[in-house]
Amino acid sequence: MPRPKLDRRTQARLLKIATHVGALLPLALLLWDYWFYLLGPNPIQEITLRTGKPALILLVLSLACTPLNTLLGWKQVLPLRRPLGLYAFFYVCLHLLIFVWLDYGLDLALIREGILEKRYALAGFTAFLLLLPLAVTSTRWAMRKLGKNWKRLHRLVYAAAVLAVIHYLWLVKSITAQPLVFAAIVAALLLLRAGPIKQRVLRWRRGLARKGTNTSFPGGKQTSEAGD
Amino acid sequence: MTMLIKRRTGIEIPSSEITPEHLYLSRRSFMKGAAALAAGTLLASCRPDPGDAPFGAGQEAEASPGQVSATTDELGDPLNTYQDITTYNNYYEFSTDKAGPARLAPGYPTSPWQVAVGGLVNKPGIYDFDDLRAKFDQEERIYRLRCVEAWSMVIPWLGFPLSQLLNEVEPKAEASFVRFETVHDPDRMPGQNSPWYEWPYVEGLRLDEAMHDLTILATGLYGKDLLMQNGAPIRLVIPWKYGFKSIKSIVKIDLVDYMPTSLWMAAAPNEYGFYANVNPDVPHPRWSQATERRIGEFGRRPTILYNGYDQQVAALYAGQDLKENFMAPESGTQLR
Repeated sequence: MPRPKLDRRTQARLLKIATHVGALLPLALLLWDYWFYLLGPNPIQEITLRTGKPALILLVLSLACTPLNTLLGWKQVLPLRRPLGLYAFFYVCLHLLIFVWLDYGLDLALIREGILEKRYALAGFTAFLLLLPLAVTSTRWAMRKLGKNWKRLHRLVYAAAVLAVIHYLWLVKSITAQPLVFAAIVAALLLLRAGPIKQRVLRWRRGLARKGTNTSFPGGKQTSEAGD
Repeated sequence: MTMLIKRRTGIEIPSSEITPEHLYLSRRSFMKGAAALAAGTLLASCRPDPGDAPFGAGQEAEASPGQVSATTDELGDPLNTYQDITTYNNYYEFSTDKAGPARLAPGYPTSPWQVAVGGLVNKPGIYDFDDLRAKFDQEERIYRLRCVEAWSMVIPWLGFPLSQLLNEVEPKAEASFVRFETVHDPDRMPGQNSPWYEWPYVEGLRLDEAMHDLTILATGLYGKDLLMQNGAPIRLVIPWKYGFKSIKSIVKIDLVDYMPTSLWMAAAPNEYGFYANVNPDVPHPRWSQATERRIGEFGRRPTILYNGYDQQVAALYAGQDLKENFMAPESGTQLR
């Protein structure tokens, strides 16, 4: 059965709505559980985890947009990079706020000690510091003002993603599957951007397009609906 | 339980000592935590009373606890609720999620249950759990439990000193350590299929640590039998060490002449040592152990050396060779 054909604009709108709904869902669930006392005996820890995980996932999704375009020609995910990134930053802020306020009671000395003596906290805090200028310069005005430098500055997101994964690896009691999976995904998403690897992928895709397979090619003629 | 429950905290603290450096620290941390408290109160005031919660969560409704003789530990801190103690558990045999064991563990058959006691002893034997409980008087012991993850609880255990069982089997002269094993049942304990750890769970104590009066085999809490998620039907509680030393659901106890390698030592030998004594001055390689969160409180409180049992156990570790045994003397090098 043929898929209903959606025009560009509807597609873009649906993706945007899905992004907002999906990104806010963890927060909605968290607030629900908070309200009904379903956070368990250690609510601070629970909230910390349930703001940290979405932050990491949203960051990863944001980083996945460009490779998805490179690999599959999904141009329409490119505009999602900014909202996904900003939502990631939003959860990071909540995550940090819980740590600093609920957990450490805004005690600067204790916070400083906590961050320095817990190396996973140091990694996480550094990731936050790297994301801060990115959030601040996420507007179109900033893009215009910074020009060439905007792209350079925003490459910091790669370092932030690596630090976020290290943060996760360092905070678990011992290495198990989940943090490793995130590490692998982030590594893959970064490697797909690396020159030689990217070229190889593009060459392979050109080959596919030439064979007339139903995939669209970035910059080339759309041969089918995206998302096949 | 029909038998009379003797009440003993196992802690003799002359009242003159009860001033507390501890309370002083506690007050200081309270002040520091005032902002945390304020935040907590603010947030708490924004939602209805837990009693009105439609899903009934957050109450001690689950199972009403049996008898407890006190409402605080010997330092004056309140007991944690039965609800908290039975729904916040590290029991990786069932789940690595804190809420998992309470969901998955109930229903695990704990009867009949046998504990094989052997190794370097004169009178090895296999004890039925019911016989163990009948043979040794159960007493209430209110202990703090400090997890290596930096949270803690105050728990009213019911149990008997391990020394009573060990004396019964008569350790031989060459026995220097005690090795414990949890039941191995990967069919019914899904976590034991995880390749990240070596199963079954193993723990060990030095013989003098095992013979110490504070070290108990627990069979109940809050006056009721242990639930599976707390390590039913019988588990170790050794309150001056990190919680992972307090092995659950024991089936085997052996006297040996070597230092047993525990599950955590095998999983990360540079991070989890044999002794694992609670010590705020000895950080975990990746996080500080200077503070902890008491479940039920906002903010953090300072961690106390030997989890507040310094007076009772410090003598066990005096004058030991640090390098050889991964020990810390008072000078505070790596205590593992």
